[in-house]
This record gives sequence, structure tokens and C-alpha cells, in this order.
Amino acid sequence: MLKLRDLRAYYDTPKGTVKAVDGVTFDIRENEILGIAGESGCGKSTLLKVLYDYVQPPLRIVSGEYQAEMSTNGNQPKILGPGEVRKHWWDYISYIPQGSMSVLNPVVRIEKQFFDAVGKNQDIQNKNVIRERVAGYLKELELPVEVLKSYPHQLSGGMKQRVLVALGTFLHPQIVLADEPTTALDVVVQKGILMMLTEVQARMKNTLVMVSHDMGVHYQITNRMAIMYAGKLVELGPTEAIFNKPLHPYTQLLIEALPKVGDRRQREGISGRPPSLLNPPDGCRFAARCPQVMDVCRTKEPQLVEIEPDHYVACHLY
Amino acid sequence: MSNHLLEFRDVTKTFRIGGLIWGTQLTAVDHVNLSLAKDKPSILSVVGESGSGKTTLAKILLRLHEPTSGHVFIDGEDIFDSRSALHGKDYYRFVQPIFQNPFETFSMRKTVDNYLFDTALQLGIAKSRNKAQDVVAEALTSVGLDISTVRGKYPNQFSGGELQRISVARGLIPRPKLIVADEPVSMIDASLRMNIVNLFLELKENYGVSLIYITHDLSTAYYVSDYIAIMYRGNVVEYGPSDEILTNAAHPYTELLLDSVPTVGKKWERNLKPPELELAEYQAAACKFAERCPYVQPICREIKPPQVRITETRRALCYRPVDYQPGKTTVESEQIAVPE
Repeated sequence: MLKLRDLRAYYDTPKGTVKAVDGVTFDIRENEILGIAGESGCGKSTLLKVLYDYVQPPLRIVSGEYQAEMSTNGNQPKILGPGEVRKHWWDYISYIPQGSMSVLNPVVRIEKQFFDAVGKNQDIQNKNVIRERVAGYLKELELPVEVLKSYPHQLSGGMKQRVLVALGTFLHPQIVLADEPTTALDVVVQKGILMMLTEVQARMKNTLVMVSHDMGVHYQITNRMAIMYAGKLVELGPTEAIFNKPLHPYTQLLIEALPKVGDRRQREGISGRPPSLLNPPDGCRFAARCPQVMDVCRTKEPQLVEIEPDHYVACHLY
Repeated sequence: MSNHLLEFRDVTKTFRIGGLIWGTQLTAVDHVNLSLAKDKPSILSVVGESGSGKTTLAKILLRLHEPTSGHVFIDGEDIFDSRSALHGKDYYRFVQPIFQNPFETFSMRKTVDNYLFDTALQLGIAKSRNKAQDVVAEALTSVGLDISTVRGKYPNQFSGGELQRISVARGLIPRPKLIVADEPVSMIDASLRMNIVNLFLELKENYGVSLIYITHDLSTAYYVSDYIAIMYRGNVVEYGPSDEILTNAAHPYTELLLDSVPTVGKKWERNLKPPELELAEYQAAACKFAERCPYVQPICREIKPPQVRITETRRALCYRPVDYQPGKTTVESEQIAVPE
């Protein structure tokens, strides 16, 4: 559905070029929940911006290919490239951002924000019809209809995030992108929102791409996972395989660092910090922090290879 | 002298919300009793969702809010009594905070080592900047950093994890007995969290520092703490040794929390009642969790549940452990000491 080939997206800064996404190749499929995991600054949010075709200076696509396939009613699917995807925001591809607090306009009622966002993509311009459909959709998602009359500050953080999910999925987009949809929310609320996202996905049979640094969240809802490190894709595979048999040492450390209720074994975080993306090192970018580092890792860059069916890793150990 | 390092005795804090005439009262902290033993350093986690009153509790302990009723004692001294020995600045030689977001803790325009020197000078730990050098260097060593890597640098030159370590080092300068950490790892990457959490364990073991760890993350709370207090809408609904609480919950809210943690190896079942009507819950006369509780009985909505003693060290604010019979093995507002 979405195709990335050797994609490079850099930020131009006064200090130099930040290589936030540096040569990423993979496909995103129909009817799947794909999780993108990695530390802050690994390029996962930038990758999402590229997918959403929201590339604005200082961010620019340097090289590589990005194609989005839009299925149309019965006809041949349409291929969209950068610059075209944005014309189909909301109805083909939608984006649920991080931090609902700062996304909704604080002085406009939720109802008006629905009209502004989805109204212009609707065939019917009659407000009452849209209003009814929005209310019907909220009921479907088990949200109280009264939220439409509210201002954002009258809603709790969890409710705002639910409203954003409803807003993002109202036009039944084929692709939904979610950037850390539950960071800064409590576990109970987080579970509610993740359940809502998976239910909507199961109903629409579309594609959900979710960015999160919480491996527990990925385990709960994703089908497939992509692990990013310092602008590179280091591992890609089915979620079960990633957790049962992580291949890349970085993935192994990420999973090991998770504390668990009922298990008090001593756990270590990953020591050191990711390299600067202004001037990334040669060879494998994880080499400096890797417990299994070899000489070759510091000179030669590992390529993403398929080790097991559908399970890819970029590491010289394999 | 008291045998408690810290004691919350029936502490209540209410805030006024809305206007003078139409406003209502919100009880953020509702008759809380908690204590920490003095002879043995320990870590107490205060766990709850936003709006549970856990941050208000921390602010009371840092003397940023004064309780509406009740008393807080540190080492036997009432911290809100102006005649107490811990009055004024001296208090912060005893209790130090660590805040949530390390990037907001430090000003972007000041080098971070300045904060460490200022703390040492202002609290009278060192008389001059020169003498403070050793104090600062030692504090940084105890969190696994070196003064030469910190000197002259600005906050944006560190990662969140490193900065949070420096924040811990700053808190250690006056050699406090107690550190209050409000969500210290929630802004830090999951991969670096364990480094900070392990640091807390080291401080307890090697430096005898007790810690109040305020969090909504049950898995790190379980990992690090000796005791856990679960808060809901201002009440401590369950309290006891962390092993017992998290492996065998007594309060239905604790069960709900445990059920919501995204654990690797255990997939969620799809059932959940989202919280609605927050204010109504704060003001509920009886059990504040009644509307969401799967085991609710009529009595839960009528009379506030009692403190039920489950074992010598555990208690819960719930009718369920006593078969919904009020007045059976309860310990209404009685002080429960942490076992020595």
C-alpha cells in the first residue's frame, strides 16, 4: 500500500544537515497494524511526516522513492507520490498526533473543528447532514454526543484523544497514522484508547501505523513492527517474532529493559546515547553501544536482509 | 524523637474551584495516613492516575501547599509549624525534590553545573565556590557522572537520561534523608528508564536515602519500591508491601490498574469502563470508585468504606475484603506503622 525505497529525509539546520531518516526501505501493507519503535531522536516521527506527505522546510526529501497506492471504487488503484498524498488528507490518509492538549483549537467547539477538518472533503455541504453523521459516528465509537458542544478544555486528556481518533477516522481513511497516541496518558486511559484504535481498525480493515517508544504497547496491538535506530531501520518483522526471537542486539536490549510486575530481576537500561545525526559514524550506527560489536561493524554498514520469512534485520551477526 | 522518618497524619487538602459564590470544593487529598520507618531506608511508591492527588501529596511534602487539615511530620517535627527545628531553608537539607521533565528543571540559558554550585552555597553546605567543588564532584560521582563532562555545558548538550541524573545529583548535595521524585522517568525513553530507576536503588543501598516515588507506571513501581500506596481521587485505596499488593490486589481499582499495564507476554482482554464525570467522583459521598467498580454493592454508594486491615502491614479502603459488612476488623484513621 505504501512503498518506501531508500528514502532519505534530512533537516537543514545552521549546524549542518541532520540525517533523520537515512535510507529506509520497506512496504506497509493493507489491513495491518504496523508499529514503529525506537528511542527519541531515532527518526520515527520524521518518517511519519514523510508518510503523511507533510514535508516542510527545514525538512526535505533528499532522495529515494515514496509511493502510496489508493484503491478507488472498482477502478484501477491510483498511485500517489510526494505532493499528491496531501490532497487526500482525511479521506485517504489521516494523522492522529501526539499530545491532544495542543492540537485541538482551544477557542473553537469540537463540532466546528469536525466541520473544518472533514467538511471540505464531503460531497454533502449541508451542515445538518454532516452533524447527524458525526453524531452517529461518535455513538458508534461509544463517545458521548455532548462532546460536540464542548470546548477542548472541558474535556479530560483521554477524552480529547478519543475525539482525535474519531476525527481522524470519520471519513474511513485507508491509512491512519498515529504518533505516540497515548504518551502522557495514564495506563487505564491508555488501554481504552488503544482498544478503540484496534476496534476501529478491525471494523474498517484499513492500515494503522503507530509510532511509540513503549514496547509493551506494541506487543499489545501491532501485527508487525519496525525498529528504528539513528535514522535507520534495523529490524522488521511480525510482532510475535520480534518478541519471541529478537535478532538485532538493539531490539534485544529494548525488550530486556522492560520491567514487569511480578518479576524483580535486575534489569539494565541501554548505556550510552545514540550518535548525533549531524555526523553519524561509519559502519553500523549502533556499534558504539552494542554488547556484541565486531571489527567489521565499525567500518561496513550492515544491509537489511531477510533471515526468516518476513523477518528482516540489518546486523553483521547474521 | 519519633521512630518515623516521615508521617502523614490524617492529611486533607481541598481546593476551591470556580467562583466565590458558585464554586465548589474539590478534595484533592482526603484523610491520608502514610509513614516511613526511620531506621531502615525504604522506597515508597505513590501510584495513581492523573487527578488522584499524588502530585498534591508531593507538593505538601515539599511545603508548596499547606494541608487544609492534618499534620505532616518529618523526623518527628511538624513541617508546617513555624517553631519546628526544620523551619525555613533547613528543611531542604532534609528533603529534596526531583521533577518530572529534566529539560524544564534546568534553564536553557544557564550551565547546569551552576545549579549544583548554587544548591551547595544557598543551603550552606559549602561556604565558598571553591569549597563547593568537592561537594559537587562527589554528588556527580554518586550518580555515575564526572564533573569534567558536566562543567560549562548547557542542558541541550545532554540527553534526557543524563540530565535527569544531574537533577538527582543536585538533589543529593545537601545529603538529604528523603527525596521526593514526581514522575521522574515519565519523560525519559523506555530504554534509559531503568538506568535512573536502578540509580534510586543504589542511593537507597549505598547512601541510606529514602524515596517517595510518585508515578503512574506500575511496572517500575514494582521493580523499585518496598511499599506501594495506590491513590484514587484523593484516597489511599490500598497500601502495603509492593510484592503483596501487585501480585494479589485487594482493591478493585488496583486490579483495574494491573489489568491495564501493557505487559509483554500477556495480551489484553477487551473490557473496560472508561472514567466519566470526574468531578462527580471527587464529590461522591461514599466510595469514589463505586461507579466503575465491577463488584459494587448498594452499601458502597451509601457509606464510605472503612480502612480494612488485610494483614499486619496491608490495608485497603474497601468493603470487599470484609464481605460488605461494615465495622469488621477495621482500623478507622488509626496509624499503621511500617514494620521495622
